Amino acid sequence: MMEKRIRVLVAKPGLDGHDRGAKVVARALRDAGFEVIYTGLRQTPEMITETALQEDVNVIALSLLSGAHNTIFPKVLDLMKAKDMEDILLIGGGVIPDADIPGLKAAGVAEIFTPGTPTSAIIEFIKANVK
Amino acid sequence: MMDIAQEIVAGSPRALARAITAIENEYEEAPEIMQKLYPHTGRAYIIGITGPPGAGKSTLTDKLAKKYREQGKTVGIIAVDPTSPFTGGAILGDRIRMNELTLDPGVFIRSMGTRGSLGGLALKTADVAKIMDAAGKDIIFIETVGVGQSEVDIVKTADTTIVVLVPGLGDDIQAIKAGILEIGDLFAINKADRDGVDRLNTELEMMLDLNQRQVQWRPKVSRTIANRGIGIDELMQRIEEHRVYLAASGELALRRTQRTRDELLALLEEQINRRVAARMKASGELDFLVASIEQRKRDPYSVVAALVDSYLV
Amino acid sequence: MANESLEAKKQAYDAKVEKALAKHPERKNLAHNRLYTPLDTENLDYQRDLGFPGEYPYTRGVQPTMYRGRLWTMRQYAGFATAEESNQRYKYLLEQGQTGLSCAFDLPTQIGYDSDDPIAEGEVGKVGVAIDSLADMEILFDGIDLGKVSTSMTINAPAAVLLAMYIAVAEKQGVSPDKLNGTIQNDILKEYAARGTYIFPPKPSMRLITNVFEYCSQHVPQWNTISISGYHIREAGSTAAQEIAFTIADGIAYVDAAIKAGLNVDDFAGRLSFFWNAHNNVLEEVCKFRASRRVWAKVMKERFGAKNPKSWMLRVHTQTAGSMLTAQQPENNIVRVTLQTVAAILGGTQSLHTNSKDEALALPTEDAVRTALRTQQIVAYESGLADVIDPLAGSYYIEALTDQIEKECWDYIQKIDDMGGAVVAIEKGYIQREIQESAYKWQMEVETKQRIIVGVNQFQIEEKPQEGLLRIDASVGELQTAKLKALRARRDDAALAQTLAALETAALDQQKNLMPFILDAVKAYGTLGEICGVLRKVFGEYEAHISL
Repeated sequence: MMEKRIRVLVAKPGLDGHDRGAKVVARALRDAGFEVIYTGLRQTPEMITETALQEDVNVIALSLLSGAHNTIFPKVLDLMKAKDMEDILLIGGGVIPDADIPGLKAAGVAEIFTPGTPTSAIIEFIKANVK
Repeated sequence: MMDIAQEIVAGSPRALARAITAIENEYEEAPEIMQKLYPHTGRAYIIGITGPPGAGKSTLTDKLAKKYREQGKTVGIIAVDPTSPFTGGAILGDRIRMNELTLDPGVFIRSMGTRGSLGGLALKTADVAKIMDAAGKDIIFIETVGVGQSEVDIVKTADTTIVVLVPGLGDDIQAIKAGILEIGDLFAINKADRDGVDRLNTELEMMLDLNQRQVQWRPKVSRTIANRGIGIDELMQRIEEHRVYLAASGELALRRTQRTRDELLALLEEQINRRVAARMKASGELDFLVASIEQRKRDPYSVVAALVDSYLV
Repeated sequence: MANESLEAKKQAYDAKVEKALAKHPERKNLAHNRLYTPLDTENLDYQRDLGFPGEYPYTRGVQPTMYRGRLWTMRQYAGFATAEESNQRYKYLLEQGQTGLSCAFDLPTQIGYDSDDPIAEGEVGKVGVAIDSLADMEILFDGIDLGKVSTSMTINAPAAVLLAMYIAVAEKQGVSPDKLNGTIQNDILKEYAARGTYIFPPKPSMRLITNVFEYCSQHVPQWNTISISGYHIREAGSTAAQEIAFTIADGIAYVDAAIKAGLNVDDFAGRLSFFWNAHNNVLEEVCKFRASRRVWAKVMKERFGAKNPKSWMLRVHTQTAGSMLTAQQPENNIVRVTLQTVAAILGGTQSLHTNSKDEALALPTEDAVRTALRTQQIVAYESGLADVIDPLAGSYYIEALTDQIEKECWDYIQKIDDMGGAVVAIEKGYIQREIQESAYKWQMEVETKQRIIVGVNQFQIEEKPQEGLLRIDASVGELQTAKLKALRARRDDAALAQTLAALETAALDQQKNLMPFILDAVKAYGTLGEICGVLRKVFGEYEAHISL
């Protein structure tokens, strides 16, 4: 049996078009040996979960700078639950206030990576927590 | 309780996705899944899409898929992208051009990295296509990076192969590897609003005339502007013409038989190689033989001949 | 002759350097030479390369007296939640001494969706103010005399619609369009390349843009019809030279499109404006500004043959680099913004927005934005930096680096020209890839500590979560939805339907200027979503095809 590849979906949900971070993270993950499915901008929670299902990813990584995180993350979590995808690691990054992070984690987000996080931290987290 | 193969045949996308992962990662249950699914395969029509990077393959696949959906057909898409030989990772970004298909329940898209195994990729892609076939997909697109040897192998899995070219990418036909001309049943000159389209078209037609390999099917050249949906209907027509030709001439049956033969032999070779090598490694025999050969006490040729004889007893 | 002995002296210095390096090796990642001398500016010709302020090639500035006659406009980008709340913030900022307005719109507005569109859920009022119709616009400027203030609106794909709304509000105030001062960003190419709030495909987008050029040249002559932007390209990760090169290439594409549409270059070029980033490396930024003016002047005079000197001038609004501000130890950001402000002022900007210290965390509180404004005022009134025009000119470093950036800029422009122009370069993903490469390189430099970011990869402390940040209430979406319902109930739907039908017909006719039709629909209280819906129907939507 060969070495398992970690597959990560990197997505920009909602209307936010700032993708510098998502692209840098995607590339860093590629350089760490992961397979990264990058679907670009304007992804809805439905598109994100359906893509994650078809691609059988281990991780969904959402990048959000628009302040819509308290709407988007719960929606994605609900869909993941409905489609029996709760073994997938859901992580996020962008402009998400510290005060909102406990709520997101309680709802099921595995980790939020705030501005200034090195990509190595994200890679290590994924390796340590992927099921 | 259904097993994964049953779930796939029953139409579960989750099971389909999981089975593809099992094949890609060579899980233990992979051969059994393939065994159970095999009787349900053989229905789907497989279209290979190849060509140099930047030709617009994904966009073209997206447009063709939409047309097939309009006809009520279900579609599977395998999008292959290169794995980095240094890091083992890959950016699989073809879905960005197929975003609108994501929520269509009649379409299943899977992105695959080449993962650096030369022969193995073609086998795996063929297996993934079989899984999609067993899941009931009428049309399956295999979209590759084009144009290395492994890509040439992949499209042998296809019934119709479309080679997508673009004018002015800096190459004449001369620069394009001969392999393309051999495997293409149809040619699509995409981004046909660019300069150089006439010249490319003419050169292509000339080369095809010279390289006439199929006596009864002369590959046809279409022009498309995929991102504007131009030329898609005509290309669909050509695909249909090729499909009709394959069926009427018996060529389809011939090709599929050849494919089955090739796959069987490839599978046999791969399995033998793997199992024998595993045994030799485990027993230490491999290291011993390698040392012997290095010291010129034996040569690799007689070593292998003796080994094969011993296994064939 | 003097240079020969200078060469010899330099060599002697270099020898000393070798010895010094052995004892104190230099830090890594230093982009420029350690020293500049007359040897580096041997070919500098004052008249040809610098000229005087307000004179071709405008290297030293576009106005003869620059800040001595009139300080740059202090124009803080603001807007959030509802028009009522944003109106309050605008009044606060004007009271505190800012000299121009700058409107931030939320994402649904920027992408032509109404607040009650399902796709807008969670996004209403979050990154800017929600504007669904003329009714919201009237509230936004309530009590603000549009005849007395200049307003910049950061709106791109639906810029024509927001401009029409502004004109309509002004009319109600009794201010005629020819008295209006302001800017719309209206720069769709950088949306495709770096910012992402596009709606329509390139061709119809360029048509809308040239329609605005034409309409304003006749009816709103004091209006800046476009703010060709490099800010976002830089924020996306480009280098300084790439920032101005890609932007100027976009500018060339716009001028080309307008000329193709039948406009005379001198009729619109004087109202083109630009938008630069003020980044951390202070002196490099100054050189970037100077180089950009020189390049654009040459482009307009030599490439496009413009005759009116106003057409040659690169007038620029600047924003300090938001991406350089940190979530860690936010107080430090006040220092960063101050340095970036110095860069912008020595660079000769016409207008400036300074970011607040909480930039990496949330939209600014009143206190935070006041400090940002004070930063500009302190530099203006207390530092002396606004008292002499282009004071760094003649420095060996400044002139050598200005030339170097200029050269890099021309190289990129040539490359893009060879590809067929900015539109093609973006379609091929060239500009996006260059930006990404630079962004990745930067990130790796930070992670390997070749590049130190204070508080982030060095000089860190244990941080407590920030308190007192601005929060946008989720109820904004509901509020706007209720407003829309009320609006639809009270307006004349039949009259509106006629305007929308007329707009659709006009949109199908390439020769028609859409501004008058958009104005009619706006005045009939058509919503942004309804008006853009018509245009989406006719023009289609842009499909982003470029991956990584």
